[in-house]
Amino acid sequence: MGLRSYLDSIEPNFHKGGKYEKYFPIYEMVESLMFTPKTVTTAAPHARSYVDMKRIMTYVVIATIPCILMAMYNTGLQTNGAIAALGDSAATGWRVGLLQALGFSLNPDSLIANMAHGFLYFLPIYLTTLIVGGIWEVLFATVRGHEVNEGFLVTSMLYVLIMPASTPLWQVALGISFGVVIGKEVFGGTGKNFLNPALTGRAFLYFAYPANMSGNTVWTPVDGFSGATALGVTAADGVQALASQGISWSNAFFGFIQGSMGETSTLACLIGLAFLLVTKIANWRLIVGCMGGMIGFSLLLNVIGSDTNPMFAMPWYWHLVVGGYAFGLAFMVTEPVSASHTNMGRYWYGALIGFMVVMIRVINPAFPEGMMLAILFANIFAPLIDYFVVRANIKRRAKRV
Amino acid sequence: MSQTKKELLVDPLVDNNPITLQVLGLCSALAVTSSLKVALVMTIAVTVVTAFSSMFISILRNQIPGSIRIIVQMVIIASLVILVDQVLKAYAFEISKTLSVFVGLIITNCIVMGRAEAFAMKNPPMASFIDGIGNGLGYGLILMLVGFIRELFGSGSLFGITILETVNNGGWYVPNGMLLLPPSAFFVIGLLIWAFRTWKPEQVEERDFKIQTAEAH
Repeated sequence: MGLRSYLDSIEPNFHKGGKYEKYFPIYEMVESLMFTPKTVTTAAPHARSYVDMKRIMTYVVIATIPCILMAMYNTGLQTNGAIAALGDSAATGWRVGLLQALGFSLNPDSLIANMAHGFLYFLPIYLTTLIVGGIWEVLFATVRGHEVNEGFLVTSMLYVLIMPASTPLWQVALGISFGVVIGKEVFGGTGKNFLNPALTGRAFLYFAYPANMSGNTVWTPVDGFSGATALGVTAADGVQALASQGISWSNAFFGFIQGSMGETSTLACLIGLAFLLVTKIANWRLIVGCMGGMIGFSLLLNVIGSDTNPMFAMPWYWHLVVGGYAFGLAFMVTEPVSASHTNMGRYWYGALIGFMVVMIRVINPAFPEGMMLAILFANIFAPLIDYFVVRANIKRRAKRV
Repeated sequence: MSQTKKELLVDPLVDNNPITLQVLGLCSALAVTSSLKVALVMTIAVTVVTAFSSMFISILRNQIPGSIRIIVQMVIIASLVILVDQVLKAYAFEISKTLSVFVGLIITNCIVMGRAEAFAMKNPPMASFIDGIGNGLGYGLILMLVGFIRELFGSGSLFGITILETVNNGGWYVPNGMLLLPPSAFFVIGLLIWAFRTWKPEQVEERDFKIQTAEAH
């Protein structure tokens, strides 16, 4: 019996009056994951498009693939590099044991060894996210009678990519719970979340467990290894100091630096972004606004200058490649639900993020990185921006009457 | 009088709670709930002020001219708050320092003003007194619940006594730093309101708008 006919045969059990009526969302989830969603527009004018929610979400997941690969490679590279620097005594834990049992080396020059080691850090975090977040999704869907949709696959993937590799798994579970429940489900689920759920979860961890989310020891999961992020180095000693730490611009662009797993490689993010722009999932106005805001404000700060704060002198092309800017730009700023919905509003929304990220990075001494906070901040302002854009349009047209 | 004395006392605890249903007095609930001890002192202070101010205002209610009633109420409330503040400074100086400005701010606590305006101006002194105690306790109940969650998970202790040994002291519990920040009380209170309204669905407010379903032609 084929899968289709099997699903069809058990379907009546899940309809109204059926044995498992309550569990319809779970049936629907499995069915629409395997096939196309069955729901079609019932009322006129029956506008159809091939781009449905499932396809949008799938495209975003596809767009993150370069980042996922880089996440694994760079995590492995940094870990193997740290072990090589600290000596074999640093090579502890089940991952090293498993790698050696399977015959992998810990050589930081070997692509395969790095990928394998990074994979062993990526996978547990991803599985934890999927299982814990998935339980919440199904729970809410079952209680509230809405459907589980593919949006969660995007949320979970983005969430994993912005975790430091050393994050304890229980924190991963807490963070995604907070992100899914407070960031999305309390407001009605996918499509009604005014905050980005993945970032909400990350922000929760950032404020709840700062010792595991920031600093110099969390990015590379090797005990006793300390490596500052490019932003940390710049905040302390200025852009010139980056070279002495072995961070060149191309290193930062390709992503061989310290940072959360998926955010380090600007190139991988830009490939993902290009894919999203070509498929028209991402709106280019958001990108223009965000780049404009960042470049404009960082140039202004370059001109103003400061004797005490070396971050003032950081040029915009460095802002682009370090920290989470590129990742946020590609996958968070462009999220259609939490961004502004009017075209004019999209420029302003993007510009607000670009401005805020430089503002937090440069002028706020408490937070070295600002992309997460900048995007959450702008998420909250997005409806207000739309409101003003709509009002302005009404005013403009009222003059013609 | 429509409500019995018992109802006046018990109603504000859950059914007509000043924080979860009326959504009043939130600022202080955010500020003083990082530890249970402080929350308890604040509860007592607010209960005393609400009860006595309601009683005095109720005694004077027929003498207070309508046009300046808010000022008269404020004078009574402010005198009581100063009294409470002085007592705290005399007998519990440490806690008074932690509470700092929030004792003084009881004057502007919406719950105190709200009961004076909505209840004490229309009801006899005894009923107003009991209503004040009930509302103070209703406020305190939420304060204590929030304080319980924030202190237990934020610093691993209750009333300063260690319950969950934290990592810094050689234990196993990693304290949740966000719960020590005032904004976390928003989340906790929000979740409490959610829990209350799931338990008592009649507290759920009517929606401001409804999304219309499309008609099939």
